[in-house]
Amino acid sequence: MLLIACPYCGERPELEFAHGGQAHIARPAKPSAVDTQEWTRFLYMRDNTKGLYAERWRHSHGCGKFFNAVRDTTTDHFIVTYKVGERP
Amino acid sequence: MQRFSALSLLKRGLSGQRGWTPQWRRPEPKTGYDAIIVGGGGHGLGAAYYLAREHGLTNIAVVEKGWIGGGNTGRNTTIIRSNYLFDESAALYDHALKMWENLSQELNYNVMFSPRGVMMLAHTVHDEQVSKRHVHANRANGVDNEWLTAKQAKEFCPPLTIDNIRYPVTGAALQRRGGTARHDAVAWGYARAADALGVDILENCEVTGIRRDANGAVAALETTRGVIESRKIGVSAAGNTSVVMKMAGVQLPLESYPLQALVSEPIKPIFPCVVMSNTIHAYISQSDKGELVIGAGTDAYNSYTQRGGLHISSHALEAICELFPAFRRLRMLRNWGGIVDVTPDRSPIVAKTPVPGLYVNCGWGTGGFKATPGSAHVFAHTMARDEPHPINAPFTIERFADGNLIDEAAAAAVAH
Repeated sequence: MLLIACPYCGERPELEFAHGGQAHIARPAKPSAVDTQEWTRFLYMRDNTKGLYAERWRHSHGCGKFFNAVRDTTTDHFIVTYKVGERP
Repeated sequence: MQRFSALSLLKRGLSGQRGWTPQWRRPEPKTGYDAIIVGGGGHGLGAAYYLAREHGLTNIAVVEKGWIGGGNTGRNTTIIRSNYLFDESAALYDHALKMWENLSQELNYNVMFSPRGVMMLAHTVHDEQVSKRHVHANRANGVDNEWLTAKQAKEFCPPLTIDNIRYPVTGAALQRRGGTARHDAVAWGYARAADALGVDILENCEVTGIRRDANGAVAALETTRGVIESRKIGVSAAGNTSVVMKMAGVQLPLESYPLQALVSEPIKPIFPCVVMSNTIHAYISQSDKGELVIGAGTDAYNSYTQRGGLHISSHALEAICELFPAFRRLRMLRNWGGIVDVTPDRSPIVAKTPVPGLYVNCGWGTGGFKATPGSAHVFAHTMARDEPHPINAPFTIERFADGNLIDEAAAAAVAH
């Protein structure tokens, strides 16, 4: 089980968290203005990187807040966790 | 190729098993091939075999970064079934199941296909409704599936506990044609048969780049064993598909997750079939060696570690011990993970790509082994003809843009 450092609560076991997928995918500001390809990219296409990956987590059984993390997907080692709106 | 027969086995048996030759060659890569498959698992080796046998393409190669069958082909729980809900899926998986039935004869290699029955348990009213819907949909598609009462389920699988447990068994859906096969033998059998038709199997050959020509079409693979030219490249790399496809600039709707399995110490034959339970999340069968083969779930996050969290496998074992109290004192021998590539609608992609000459067979998620022969067969067709076989025509990349999803998420044997 992973230990994850919530930026608000500190290190907690993985079971307290929900994974939120790839981070920094912005929803198009005007969905009606984007074409099908761009909408498909937003909805479905993911980098699925082997290596350093920016992802979202939610401390669902703790403070309930979303935050971001950078994790190495080849080792599951967390490089950094940071609050929404911040940059690592 | 040395053919196996009762006579040849007897002869070698009486002469101390001497005189067998290697099952496939270990050739050096040529400078180029008419077609190359990336990924030496069952799906990739099978595609090479069908390209050679059915489409006459014999100047072809399979490149594999490790050893053949060392990825998910050798890591799954070997379950075979075709009781999928939607028409497109039923056609694809039943195509595979029909090929399983004759595969040992076709390859002259015993893949130990054992149609011992796959029984999927229901524990709640909702389970029953969903299961019966599957039974009806399957039968309408010519796929066998039948509804059993709890008592009939117990008769079919005596070790099963149906009452006095937290989630009593209320019934089950049984596909009698389903079962298991020997996973390694599938990779070895296809490798041997493909090799005999002239296919070069290049192990320890990792793809590091994909070269494209001025028109954008594929031209060559860069590998750890040198540059290999080809105008036709099929990627069949399971959990690493995103990594390989990125080399050609193609992004796919895939995420890779560790999926775990475990085996117990070997015991006498006790378990006659495959049992799966979605609600309490467990699936189990017994291998011919006597080990109980148990499937656990995926981790919550994408990863390439081939491990998986301990709490995931513990959870599966708790469910197994609840359903089969007799197994509580068994020790687990090994557990491991495989990296599965999952699509948003939980159906595979077997298709052409936006890059000319580049094809992909991926997204089999948590259940690709069962499809091996069918998947390989239609992928070979797609590569050889540059157009899909009618069976895999719906399994495009474009379905995520045009909305024609094949949403089998709720139809997986267990929720991942």
